[in-house]
Amino acid sequence: MMRIPCICCGPRDENEFVCGGTSHIERPALEAGDETWGGYLFFRDNPKGVHLERWRHVQGCGRWFNLVRNTVTHEVLSVYAMTEAPPRERSASMPEPPP
Amino acid sequence: MRYSAWSLLRGAMSGHRHWVPAWADATRRSNYDVIIVGGGGHGLAAAYYLAKNHGVTNVAVLERGWIGGGNTGRNTTIVRSNYLFPESARLYDFSLKLYESLSQDLNFNIMLSQRALVMLAHSRHDLDSMSRWANAMRMNGIVAELVTAAEVGAMAPALDLSSNARLPVLGGFVQRRAGTARHDAVAWGYARAASALGVHIIQNCEVRGFVLESGKVAGVDTSQGVIRAGRVGIAAAGHSSVLAKLAGFRLPVTSYALQAMVSEPIKPILDTVVLSPGTGAYVSQSDKGEIVMGAMLDLFPSYAQRGSFAVKQAIIAAVLALFPSFSRLQLLRQWAGIVDVVHDSSPIIGPTPVPGLYINCGWGTGGFKAIPVGGWTLAHVLATGKSHALAEPFQLQRFIDGRLIDEAAASGIAH
Repeated sequence: MMRIPCICCGPRDENEFVCGGTSHIERPALEAGDETWGGYLFFRDNPKGVHLERWRHVQGCGRWFNLVRNTVTHEVLSVYAMTEAPPRERSASMPEPPP
Repeated sequence: MRYSAWSLLRGAMSGHRHWVPAWADATRRSNYDVIIVGGGGHGLAAAYYLAKNHGVTNVAVLERGWIGGGNTGRNTTIVRSNYLFPESARLYDFSLKLYESLSQDLNFNIMLSQRALVMLAHSRHDLDSMSRWANAMRMNGIVAELVTAAEVGAMAPALDLSSNARLPVLGGFVQRRAGTARHDAVAWGYARAASALGVHIIQNCEVRGFVLESGKVAGVDTSQGVIRAGRVGIAAAGHSSVLAKLAGFRLPVTSYALQAMVSEPIKPILDTVVLSPGTGAYVSQSDKGEIVMGAMLDLFPSYAQRGSFAVKQAIIAAVLALFPSFSRLQLLRQWAGIVDVVHDSSPIIGPTPVPGLYINCGWGTGGFKAIPVGGWTLAHVLATGKSHALAEPFQLQRFIDGRLIDEAAASGIAH
């Protein structure tokens, strides 16, 4: 059971969350060709290792946030807000639990 | 040597000293006509059919671990062809037909048990969608029978058939030709038959890069050095994206853990395969007596091969709702594979953006039943440069053209 550090609530069991897939996928312009549009819809890096992904705390605050997580060890390295850029340092920096 | 009752008897008379290894521990060459990356069922089957169907024997199968140690050794052994679309029906039923004669073709007992597959309906909605599904199969020339609750009960009496069951059984449909096969035997049978035709099977050989010359594939860089070949086929399931990245392209694949587990062995209580689309759970009993269970994915990207307890609990909860008496069993062993899931739950079999490099992937949670057809069609495109007719609808290009074969939505199979 992974412990996911919700950006609002702090560490909770993984089954309180839904994974929303890879972060930072930008929708292309509507005039983009099939190749670009298909790439946006379907093609993914799917890394074996450090992955930037979106999670939502559906059985809690309902908030979306980003995780830096290792897809082999499941270790959560970092958490950052939906509108933030990914952290340059991929080290463990868990948020403080709420008082 | 051929396996037969006579060779068993001969062995019994002579202390069983005449047996030879099932496949040759080949000395790796520095170049081949074809390299197959991935020594699971699909890769080994492709090597066999390259030799058998096309006379291409200068082939090496490179496996980073031990053959059949990936998803081929981790599935719940179900074989079936109950898909919705005509393209899928043709593909999977071709595979099931190959399974039906595979023990004879390979001279290796793959323990095919066509004990039927019963799909359960738990609601009026389920009954309607089962009718649509069974009728689609019949229109595609595959036998499927709608059955009543009583008929389901006769096939699997250990089910909770009471009126206040958590998952009431209202009926379902049956594919009688479906069933199980011994997964390891499929890998070993194809390995032995391919090796006998001259294919080299090389284990502990991890591909770490592709050798490209003028943009075309010229070989692979491995943990055992560079091996050259003008044609390379990838059959690496959950590791497809890793290999694609090494070759400079992307796939519409996300890798997830798919868990499976077995109970302690017990006396026969279930002699068919039961699948409940409503819960996603599928259950059968192995020849050793273990209850074999599987269900939904752990729904986050993972290469860990182990899944979480939260999903184990969900799988077991579904199985126990169907078979309450199983609650007394001890869980013996659990594990997971790495499944390569694509959005339409249909495979990708054909060329990649790199000339000379071909791929067979995207089978997701449904690759075991398709080992024969996956191998057959990958071999075809490697040997001829053209897609087999069965594989034509299943190209990488469909994700650009938008012509998906959407089995995920259509037949409700959680791939």
